[in-house]
Amino acid sequence: MNVEKKRKIEGIIALSLSGLAAAGGLFWLVYILADVLIHGIGALRLSLFINDPAPAGSDGGGLRNAFVGQLLITLVATLIGVPIGVLGGTFLAEYARGKKIARLISILSDIMVSVPSIVVGAFVYAILVRPLHHFSGWAGALALAIIMIPVVLRTTEDMLSLVPWTVREAAFALGAPYYKVIIQVVYRGAATGILTGVLLSLARVAGETAPLLFTSFNNNFFSSNMNGPIASLTVTIFQYAMGPYKTWHAQAWAASLVITLFVLALTILGRLALKWRYKR
Amino acid sequence: MPVFSKKISWDLFFSFITAAASLTIIIFIGGILIVLVSESSLAIGKFGFLKFLTSTAWNPVTSEFGAATSIYGTFLTTIIALIIAIPIAIGIAIFVTEIAPNFLKGPIGGAIELLAAIPSIIYGMWGLFTLAPIMSKYIEPALQNTLGKLPVLEILFKGTPLGIDIFTASIILSIMIIPFTASISRDAFNLTPNVVKESAYAIGATKWEVVKNVVLPYSKLGVFGGAALSLGRALGETMAVAFVLGNNHKIATSLFDAASTITVTLANEFAEADSDIYLSSLYYLALVLFVLSFAILAIAKFFLLKAEKRYSR
Repeated sequence: MNVEKKRKIEGIIALSLSGLAAAGGLFWLVYILADVLIHGIGALRLSLFINDPAPAGSDGGGLRNAFVGQLLITLVATLIGVPIGVLGGTFLAEYARGKKIARLISILSDIMVSVPSIVVGAFVYAILVRPLHHFSGWAGALALAIIMIPVVLRTTEDMLSLVPWTVREAAFALGAPYYKVIIQVVYRGAATGILTGVLLSLARVAGETAPLLFTSFNNNFFSSNMNGPIASLTVTIFQYAMGPYKTWHAQAWAASLVITLFVLALTILGRLALKWRYKR
Repeated sequence: MPVFSKKISWDLFFSFITAAASLTIIIFIGGILIVLVSESSLAIGKFGFLKFLTSTAWNPVTSEFGAATSIYGTFLTTIIALIIAIPIAIGIAIFVTEIAPNFLKGPIGGAIELLAAIPSIIYGMWGLFTLAPIMSKYIEPALQNTLGKLPVLEILFKGTPLGIDIFTASIILSIMIIPFTASISRDAFNLTPNVVKESAYAIGATKWEVVKNVVLPYSKLGVFGGAALSLGRALGETMAVAFVLGNNHKIATSLFDAASTITVTLANEFAEADSDIYLSSLYYLALVLFVLSFAILAIAKFFLLKAEKRYSR
């Protein structure tokens, strides 16, 4: 009886501790979101999107330059990263399926996904910024693309592997060459999954700061010239938050809110699409 | 016949393009390694290997550079973060897989995964403006007044609690990696076959005993891999710590001292490095970080693959 009671009490204590851990963990995480929401909404107004920064320390102004810069950098990064990632994933799942090289690249890109992004920034600085003697939007976009490629590649590989082999055989039987089977049959079957990979990689890249610090750098004026330093939301947040002015802090919060909402929306959209497609 | 051969060449062409695209991964990893080594060759030549890793000097004026302070800060913050995060993450995973009612499992798991998507700069903002003041006002003085009075522990809690220190940075790091570790642990727990759990219940084990004696041993490879993966991530985390660590190059003994990590040093000093040896030393730091995190991530991947192989049988 005594032993049984002890076991029961031990169980109750351990399980309530894990419940507490869950509650505690969720509390901190929700606290962060709520905090960003509360601070950000107060500073979120239309002028943030349509005005360029006011002189440091004075009221007003907005972050139009950073929004435009962020869009440009992310767009170019997507244009480089998505095709390479999708094609690379296609090679792993189709032409090299089951081969050692596919396994190796697959594992390497899993590691690459978690490699410190600031190192990628340092790499791009050495190959694109220093030889040309100036920071540039192109360099920032390349850094983000390097981070995107392994994410897109791995999801594409997984999603193409989910398409049943018999579907390909059916197309082969009609006399279609492999590349046509891939483009017209396999890609169609995996379209939602690939799109999810693209959305998730966008979400990953949109919040990246470290690789932009010394590639696209920052620019306090409006610029859409990808050949020179260009502002981005995340680097602007870093600069403004570390700065001494209250108005800067408020705008950094507003920008944080915009980025958080954007990233969360992309992530949810991606997951919903996957759920809807594969009914998991 | 010509039509046929044309088709084959298109196929070759497409397979060639896709192969080239997938090889970019190897090119980038190799390229990063080569560039980091060649850029840091100046510093490697001047400071050597062991001397650089063990020297605590970091002085741009006299051009004396050593990695010890940055490596120390990196490991200290990461290890404290892991010590806080892993028990909580495992608790969350146990809660989600074993305790929570079915209708809560999906939403809680989803929420945790969602929170892993929040960019690190947001954690940094929150840490600087919300957590740091709370730490310096309430938590750190309270710790000083309790644990800080103990004879040996006092050394950990010395100094003015400013909130911009190792302790705050570690806590932010731990909050960042909790969702990550939790979702991998949850997946590992879910791989435990129900039959094994049911047989434990059948011989009268309580729920906790099933978790402790069946689920945890069964999934330890996966949990270990998840923890190693979080370690690799935490080592390279930049923005979340850059806000609250203070970039101070010294071997701090108190948790309430400002310090520096490899990533924070890079983020703060890279763009303003004015001499070749300074920049080269920063590249040397980046090389150390890259090799370290690559090795740890590879080990993590090894364990996760091993776990996967074992359970899929």
